[in-house]
Formats: sequence, structure tokens, C-alpha cells
Amino acid sequence: MTTLEIRDLQVSVGDTQILNGITLTIKSGEVHAVMGPNGAGKSTLSAAIMGKPGYTITGGQVLLDGKDVLAMATWERAVAGLHLVMQYPTEVPGVKLDDVLSEALKARSGSLPDLTKTIATEASRIGFDTELVHRAVNVDFSGGEKKRNETLQLAVLQPRIAIIDELDSGLDIDALRDCAQRVEDATKESDLGVLVITHYSRMFEQLKPDFVHILAKGRIVKSGGPELADDLERDGYAAYSSID
Amino acid sequence: MSTTLALPTVEEEVWRYSRIGELNLANYRSATATTTVENAEGVQLAGSEASALMGVAITTAPDVFAQMNTDNAAVIALKIAKGKVHATTVVITHTINESGVVVYPRLVIDAAENSEITVVERFVSADNVVSLVVPVVEIHAAQSARVTYLAINEIGNKTWQIGNQVAVGERDSNVRVFSVALGGDYARMRAEVRLVGQGANAQQTALYFADGTQMHDFRTLQVHEAPRTRSDLLFKGAVKDTAKSVYTGLIKISENATKTEAFQTNRNLTLSHGAWAESVPNLEIETNDVKCSHASTVGPIDDEQRFYLESRGVPPEIAERLVVFGFFDEVIERLPKSEFIEGIRAKVIAKLGSNA
Repeated sequence: MTTLEIRDLQVSVGDTQILNGITLTIKSGEVHAVMGPNGAGKSTLSAAIMGKPGYTITGGQVLLDGKDVLAMATWERAVAGLHLVMQYPTEVPGVKLDDVLSEALKARSGSLPDLTKTIATEASRIGFDTELVHRAVNVDFSGGEKKRNETLQLAVLQPRIAIIDELDSGLDIDALRDCAQRVEDATKESDLGVLVITHYSRMFEQLKPDFVHILAKGRIVKSGGPELADDLERDGYAAYSSID
Repeated sequence: MSTTLALPTVEEEVWRYSRIGELNLANYRSATATTTVENAEGVQLAGSEASALMGVAITTAPDVFAQMNTDNAAVIALKIAKGKVHATTVVITHTINESGVVVYPRLVIDAAENSEITVVERFVSADNVVSLVVPVVEIHAAQSARVTYLAINEIGNKTWQIGNQVAVGERDSNVRVFSVALGGDYARMRAEVRLVGQGANAQQTALYFADGTQMHDFRTLQVHEAPRTRSDLLFKGAVKDTAKSVYTGLIKISENATKTEAFQTNRNLTLSHGAWAESVPNLEIETNDVKCSHASTVGPIDDEQRFYLESRGVPPEIAERLVVFGFFDEVIERLPKSEFIEGIRAKVIAKLGSNA
């Protein structure tokens, strides 16, 4: 059992305070959805947890099984069991996906499974073209290919907790279904804990949240069960956008 | 040796940023490198025939060092007969074994109509050798000839190089000139292609990586003197520690060279705060009917790329290695296949791993 605890997390970018104290606890096997309008600070939350340069922690803690995540370098956070699925995966010219996965696995254990076979198996589960494995990461990939690639990496690297940032931007409905279903499967097969950050609820058909939190103006303003997503689908964010 | 020729100074535009001011020719006596030539049966000329081939691409020396080379040249001349394809790659290796010498290797490649040849020329010295290499290669590709040339600078980090490459392409010829620069204290190369026949095509490609206190200095020239000619230049370099690099490139298209295409791309990675790279692209175009582009960048490894790899759990030094390798991959992929590619990769890895 793994627990990611976010305690009163405050984050600024430049001179602007974006997150004003976020508290969330995600346990193995649980799916937490953080939903909110544009500009609420959703992507800042994922970036801050992974230690992206440019995001300054101004208060609070992030603990993975009691260990201070914010004191770790980004790669150490990943090795410790956190994984970020990016909204806009970065193109890395000349760097091949299988080399990235191979180095990422080496950093974790020093012993490698049959990587080629694992990649082939996982690629077929989500409809990812294995030809792309030997190409530069994300370079000239379509939106769907990028997200399938992110999901493939998650499946191969087997993190304890995944942070999934706006999985549904820039991809078609088939790719969204394949990717969301694979993450849902991981919560059952390997007890993955998930923090899914999204504007829309359309991926919840496959990836079923146990908890829904509404983020507005840098705070969690309401938490509840899956029914909260239905309310949002019906009423929108208008009621939360005016909260100060 | 003729030391009567006056050396240039950094006041001259083409020597700007260079370390020419540090050069004292009195420190070097004229000598010859130990040179081996492999796979040149049937194309290599001997004796006076070899010397007589000089001038197939160079009529006037582009600079004083090319002139000194002409005056003191140790010539290797390759003449490929009309219609002949020289199937094996010619490998020439120059080794400088002693300090205090200047050597003048001269390679002349004269490819007759519709012939084909690939040549690799390596320059090697040990790290403790304090010497000077003044190489010149001249390439003449007659109508429809295809010449591929790869220069590999593996000289030690106390040896200087001041070199010249001149390639002339006639009608429908195809010349590819590659440079890999890993060695040298100060290593300069002036690299010129001149397309004089309709439809001539040239590719210039370089990989350079300086660390410690090394400096690499490239001056390129793409000269179009005939219609429908095409040149494509891709130079990629990295500097680390307190190393420096300079790239200045000129595309020159004369009035009659209509429907010409000329491209020039220079990209530089600065891997340490103390490292420095300069990139100066220039265009001189006398006709409107051309397609022309130039791009140049100097900067550190992209933060987003670094974060992406590290967020997968790749440690920073390995992420850097992957990105630098990825950066050079575009060039390495273009290099002519040879037994030396693996050695080049290994040297790049060694440079990334060392902290001077």
C-alpha cells in the first residue's frame, strides 16, 4: 500500500500565487479526479508534484509513504514511484523511446525485464504502433500517438502513483478510450493510485473516479464521490468560478 | 619552410574570434606526418603526377595557410577515371608523432565524368604532442561525378589545426563533404563548396564537440555560380567546460545562378556556463529567383526536454547524454557508413562523461 499525501501545498509561478493550499491523500488503487475550470491551477498541481523548473513551492508538503517528495530531484520522484502523464508531451529530437525506457528502468532496479517484449505487449493493449518505439520521442507524433506513448510508458514503468494531466487534450475519442481504459486496468492489476486532472468528465466512462475534487482559484472548494462529476457535467463550473 | 608570409590578424573579418594571435610559426619546424593510405589501388597517383594534380579546385590560395600548404605540400592525389566507381572507401590516416613540427598534408581528389569515390581522411596525434597541422583538401567533381569525403579530426588537445577544404562541382555532380571535429587545442577549418555547373549539388555536414579549453572554428562558404544548383549545409556543435566554438557561414549566389536552392543550418549546444559558442550566418544573393534559408541557434539543453526525460526517472547526467546524442544523431545518421562511426560515438560519450 502506497500513500501520496499532499498537505496544504502552496505554489507560485513568478510573482503569482497559483495554489493556495491543496490537501489531498491518494492511496493505492484509488482514483482521485481533480476537476476545475481553466486557470484554476490544475496543471500547476501536477508540475509542482513532479518538480518542474519554474514552479516555486511557497508552503506545504508532499509525502510519498512519509518520504519528503519535495526534497527529491525530479528523477528520484519518478524512481520513488510517481509518474506524470503530461498534457503536452515534449518532443525530444533524436532520443528514442526504447532508450528512454531502458535508462528509466536501469535507474529503478539495475535489472531489466525483456523490454522489447514488454513494450510489444503493452503497445498492442493500447493500439500503439511499435514502429514509433524506435523513433524520436513524440517528434511528429499525432495527438493520439503522443498520449498512447505516455500511457505505454506508464504501463512499462509501473509506478505506484500516476498523475495524469488533461489526458483528453488533443486526442481522438478512440485513443482516449484506449488510454483511460489502460489506466483503469492498472488500478486493478497493479493497485495503481491515480490523480487525474481534467476539465471534462468524458474519460470517466473508462477511468472511474472514486473521489472527485473541485479546484477553483488555487483551492479545493468541494470534494465528493463520482456524483460530483455528474453535477459538473450538468451545471458547469459557473458556481465555483465566483468563489473567493 | 617559408615563414616570410605575413600571418593574418583578428582584425580581419574572416579571422574574427579566432586564436590566430597566439600562433608563432617560429615554434614549429617543417616536417611530414606519418601517412597511410588504404584501398586506393587504381586511383592513387605517384611522384610528379601526384604533385601535378594540385590545383584542380584551388587556383588561388584562399588564405596564407593554404598557400603555405601549396609551397610545402605532402601530396596524396586520387584520380578516378571516367565512368569508374571506386567501390571501397579510401582511408587516409595522418599521424603526428612529435612536438614542435608543422605538417602540410594535401589531398587532391579529381573525379572524372560520371565517376564515384568515397574517401575518409583522419588526423591523429597524441595528447602530449604540441604541433601544427595545416591540411588542405581539394575536390573536383566533373560532370555527374559523385564524391563523398569525410574528415575526422582526432588530434590531441595540444595540437593546432588550420585547414582548408575546397570542393568544385560541375554540371549535375554531387559532392558531399563531412567534417567531424573532436580534437585539437585550436582547430580551424575553412570549408568551401563552389557549384560551377548547372544542376550541381553539394552537401556540407559537420559534427564538432569541444571540451576543456579546446576551440573549434569553422568558416563555411556555399558559392553558387550556375543555374539550378543546390547546396545544403548542416553543422551541429557542442561546447563544454570553458571550450569555445565559432561558426560563420556565407551563402553566395551569383546573378546567373537562377533557380538555385541553398540551405544553411547551424545549431550549437552550450553544456556548461563557462562554454561559449558563436554563430554568424550570412547571405549574399544577386538574383531573386532562388530558394534560400538559414537558421542558427546557440543555447543550453532545452529545459522542457530535460524535465521530460527526468520525469520518467532518467538521472540528469544520462538525460543530458541522451539529449546530446539525440542532437548529434541527425548528423551521425548522414555520415557515410564506415568503421569509424562507433569510435566517433565513443569519443562523444567520453567527452560527455569527463569533467575538466
